[in-house]
Amino acid sequence: MTEPKEVWITGIGIVSSLGEGLDAHWDALNARRINVDEKRFAPYVVHPLAPVSFDAQIPKKGDQRQMEAWQRIGTYAAGLALDSAGVKGNQEILGRMDMIVAAGGGERDVPVDMAILNSYAKGNSSPAFLNERLLNDLRPTLFLAQLSNLLAGNIAIVHGVSGTSRTFMGEEAASIDAARIALARIASGQSDIALVGAAHNGERTDLLILYEFGDFNLTDRFAPVWARDKDDSGFALGSAGVFLVMESREHAEARGAKPYARLTKVVADLAQRKQPGAVTKSLEALWPKLGTLGDDGALITGTTGVEPVTSEEKAFLSQHPGYAVRATGTMFGHTLETQFPLGLALAALSISRGALFPPNDPTGLEIEKSGAPAQIVVMGAGHWQGEGLALVEAIK
Amino acid sequence: MTAPRDKFGRPIVVVTGMGVVTSLGAGKEDNWARLTAGESGIRTVTRFPIDGLRTTMAGTVDFITVDPASSTGLTERLAVVATEEAVGQSGIGGKGDFPGPLFLAVAPVEVEWPQRIEVGQAIGKADFDVNDMLAVSGGGKFAKYHHRFMFGSVARYLAEKFGTKGSPISLSTACASGATAIQLGVEAIRRGEADAALCVATDGSVNPEALIRFSLLSALSTQNDPPQAASKPFSKNRDGFVMAEGAGALVLESYEAAMARGAPILGVVAGCGELTDSFHRTRSSPDGKPIIGCMHKTLADAGLTTDQIDHINAHGTATPENDRMEFQTMFNVFGERAKQIPVSSNKSMVGHTISAAGAVEAIFSLLTLEHQRIPPTINYDIPDPAIPLDVVPNKARDARVTAVMSNSFGFGGQNASLILTREPI
Repeated sequence: MTEPKEVWITGIGIVSSLGEGLDAHWDALNARRINVDEKRFAPYVVHPLAPVSFDAQIPKKGDQRQMEAWQRIGTYAAGLALDSAGVKGNQEILGRMDMIVAAGGGERDVPVDMAILNSYAKGNSSPAFLNERLLNDLRPTLFLAQLSNLLAGNIAIVHGVSGTSRTFMGEEAASIDAARIALARIASGQSDIALVGAAHNGERTDLLILYEFGDFNLTDRFAPVWARDKDDSGFALGSAGVFLVMESREHAEARGAKPYARLTKVVADLAQRKQPGAVTKSLEALWPKLGTLGDDGALITGTTGVEPVTSEEKAFLSQHPGYAVRATGTMFGHTLETQFPLGLALAALSISRGALFPPNDPTGLEIEKSGAPAQIVVMGAGHWQGEGLALVEAIK
Repeated sequence: MTAPRDKFGRPIVVVTGMGVVTSLGAGKEDNWARLTAGESGIRTVTRFPIDGLRTTMAGTVDFITVDPASSTGLTERLAVVATEEAVGQSGIGGKGDFPGPLFLAVAPVEVEWPQRIEVGQAIGKADFDVNDMLAVSGGGKFAKYHHRFMFGSVARYLAEKFGTKGSPISLSTACASGATAIQLGVEAIRRGEADAALCVATDGSVNPEALIRFSLLSALSTQNDPPQAASKPFSKNRDGFVMAEGAGALVLESYEAAMARGAPILGVVAGCGELTDSFHRTRSSPDGKPIIGCMHKTLADAGLTTDQIDHINAHGTATPENDRMEFQTMFNVFGERAKQIPVSSNKSMVGHTISAAGAVEAIFSLLTLEHQRIPPTINYDIPDPAIPLDVVPNKARDARVTAVMSNSFGFGGQNASLILTREPI
């Protein structure tokens, strides 16, 4: 085997409840700003998308109309990432750029669903009834706005990313695997450059219902992730889109691209969570696979705030007491597939700015850290399955 | 002894186990017998009322049922049946201990109507809104529906049941998903990350809303009577695809690992390629360049030239546009030889198994290589003069076949091709 190639993060695009772009996010993190809405979906707490002018990255209104909110958020963030990498509009590169998107699905037409369900409740349920209503009431193009792989499809259409296109599904783990596979392909020479990321619209009643089935939603009052106790656990859904441009060092150097950081390693596993402590054990088993780590590094985690996984993550973190931890769930809410790319983006951003952003945690789990981080571990553990770690490093 | 490598120095990837379920039956034997007999698995839908629907037939798998009924549950069950056959044939690993990763092509998941109606009824009054629905959703009564309708639920179940290693990947590249699952497995073995990979593609999603969604996009055939004749790939009177269900599972291994354990070698995945079309959400670029490029990339990946391909397992959906575009692009890539290469569409018999199609058709391609017999394109009574292909019309044909190209194209600009051979080339 040839020596694995070094992989750099050369582009970052973020849009979230805290705004858009790297400067806005850096400022918000340093100001410990949180944008949370306790009223609109009360009793459920959400982190709504900051005002965004989609025209800036999706110039055709026709394209915007063909998309549901999650696709617009993702296509927008993808455009920011391509801008940040300096490859926007570069047909030669975009035409061979690989893409791995981690996606859920699009929003249902809730009024249509509710009208049908109300009719059922009134006894209107002849065999043909559901067929008739769906045939008459579903917008034909809604399907395309819901299909998981159509976020990638829209990024191809709007931005011209048209090498390869793969969509991974499966909630939080989908994006850990997206980063893992992209890194492996570039490191092995199967790919030179890739766009990797995800998008999530957290302002959706159909998603609230799905997660309410499992009692995962945070209700009534916002609390920082680490301050949510067992009786008041849950996640507050967040809206965000995050994309990264990853490329081999030689590809980046050849085009004179400036890197934010190096993506050194991504590891993932699926613990069988029937046994208490399985997630703690799984993370412990993944830890040494990251390589050589210091005792007093930094770690950015996508911890959800739901139980029992949050307690298991805490147990894992308590075994690494020197680490300065930052939970993105406090500032951004839980963005499912987007949480891991968000962690990678903030790690690369912190390394490029020569500082870790300050803690935002009244419990004291998150400690201050001064100085420029050379390594940041990114952690993700899904609300019900899947866990992974990544190592982002400063370029020597 | 040095490890067997392909001409690019990569580990050769072979297939050591295959399993398949379609509307024609469960298992390779049944499917192959009926496929080469030119039988159709398409029938009038009986699973739910068809009143008012424009399309009333599909390639449903009715001989396997799940309780409680859901498309995601059936999708999972079909995958299990196909995987058991594949792993059993391969003889790899111990029971529930597959020594490699899982790559699963699966349809996007949503809460389905029976479950949504059940939650609605729990409200216990008429004239309710979404907040009333939210109010009854928690408390654990519907916890099982959270698990059932997570996108990662089918992969999680398979990973546990078959003991695959690491984080299982669920993927969708629309109608190319099955090919993408195989491609991910091939890449992992070529990188040396794994000696074996389990690649599964499954789709059990014929339900009222899915059928209506495709119907609203005018993608489906409406030639309901007789249902067996609805899917007419490459015919002049083709009018759309027929939704279908099925699953395909392949055990991929490095040639070296397979030989070391004396495993059956059923064929070689010689090449994979994909190229995105950024023209439109559902339509191909009129010049066909992305599809042409996809086929060229696949040939290059396999290190083969066009004259070494002696059969094409077409995407062949029977939509007016797909079949015309597929001929146009084949003609561009293969030249006049495109008219001589036997081209079959399995979808004429099993319908379009959507997320599963790429893997189901890869398995049929490998069976074609094994039996040296090409399955027909049935319902080919009125040739389309604009598509002068040898579609192996209506009757299977014995032929010498050494390398098959299998094509898959999907919504969202997804194009993927595979080249399968009997022996390492």
